[in-house]
Amino acid sequence: MGNLLEHMGIERDRIHFSWISSAEATKFVDVVKEISNKVRALGPNKKLVKDYN
Amino acid sequence: MDTCIQKIREIAFQLLDKKEVERVIGFSNGTIPMATSPITIASKQDTEKLVFNSTCGLNLANYIRQQKGKIAVIAKGCDSRNIVTHIIENQVKRDQIYIIGVPCKGMINKSKIKALFEDDILKFDEDGDTLTVESSSKKETLSKKEYLRDNCRLCQHKNPVIYDILAGDPVKEQVLDVPYPDVEKIAALDADARWIHFQELTKNCIRCYACRNACPLCYCPTCFVDESGPQWVGKGQDKTDVNTFHFLRAFHCAGRCTDCGACVEACPMDINVRDFTRKLNKDAFDMFGWEAGLDQTKRPPLDAYSPDDPNDFIK
Repeated sequence: MGNLLEHMGIERDRIHFSWISSAEATKFVDVVKEISNKVRALGPNKKLVKDYN
Repeated sequence: MDTCIQKIREIAFQLLDKKEVERVIGFSNGTIPMATSPITIASKQDTEKLVFNSTCGLNLANYIRQQKGKIAVIAKGCDSRNIVTHIIENQVKRDQIYIIGVPCKGMINKSKIKALFEDDILKFDEDGDTLTVESSSKKETLSKKEYLRDNCRLCQHKNPVIYDILAGDPVKEQVLDVPYPDVEKIAALDADARWIHFQELTKNCIRCYACRNACPLCYCPTCFVDESGPQWVGKGQDKTDVNTFHFLRAFHCAGRCTDCGACVEACPMDINVRDFTRKLNKDAFDMFGWEAGLDQTKRPPLDAYSPDDPNDFIK
């Protein structure tokens, strides 16, 4: 699924897959930090976003 | 293929005559030249209505589900692979269908031929590799090889993989060094150019769902686009909804698509929706060595777990 989104032109760093147990709080924090850093670096997403104006 | 239809009619006549099957699903001439439509016949007198030529681009595997009694179906290479997929997915039982296999020499790209004419095509004839197409203003003699559909050009399974009887001699299969040149061409672009490519591709989509209806894989009782509670995707022409529809429809076909080209054949706007499914076919092949519909005994890759499955995408 990630591959097809990437093929369509969605940047790879916007797509994340992870498996985190409810007992792995630190892993959750690390993954979310990593994701938000990567997405922040890419800037706002303008693809596959509905424009209601 | 001209001799093939006599054989198909003979087989269909025998099957109905001996009451081995209740109905035969095949192609008949459409209402305009260069068009054929699926037909179900139940009486042996009607076997004359059956035709088979290079315009039979739809996939008859789409019509074999939820039928009562034993039925016969005419199957090209790709159709037969979709029948295998149906058997794997418990949509039909093998012993309920009698498969009349047709070794396929490819179907023609009707849009490409229509583009040669400014007016309506009035007559279409086929003799081996020669196509004769006539409108009121001109007559063209074409070589079929140059007007094959893109998926037929790249087809590596022209002969039926499963059949009860063959209606012609098997044809030579081609082996391609680069089986997915179209996918690689798109992949070579940068992210924004790929995005623009798919925006351009889908911009004329009218959301008629002909691609979905022609597809033998799309048999959900209620398609996700028709659901209203929850409504997964908007129903209008908004480009985000159009893209979401095409993206998700393609993904539902992942590891199941046989690249039969029925979706493109059915599209009234000539959108090459295969640009979506082909990527998934390539991934299924690269990651799992999988081509859909070749083996009744194997589970499709998204349906089975193996410790060797590629999992580097997950953290």
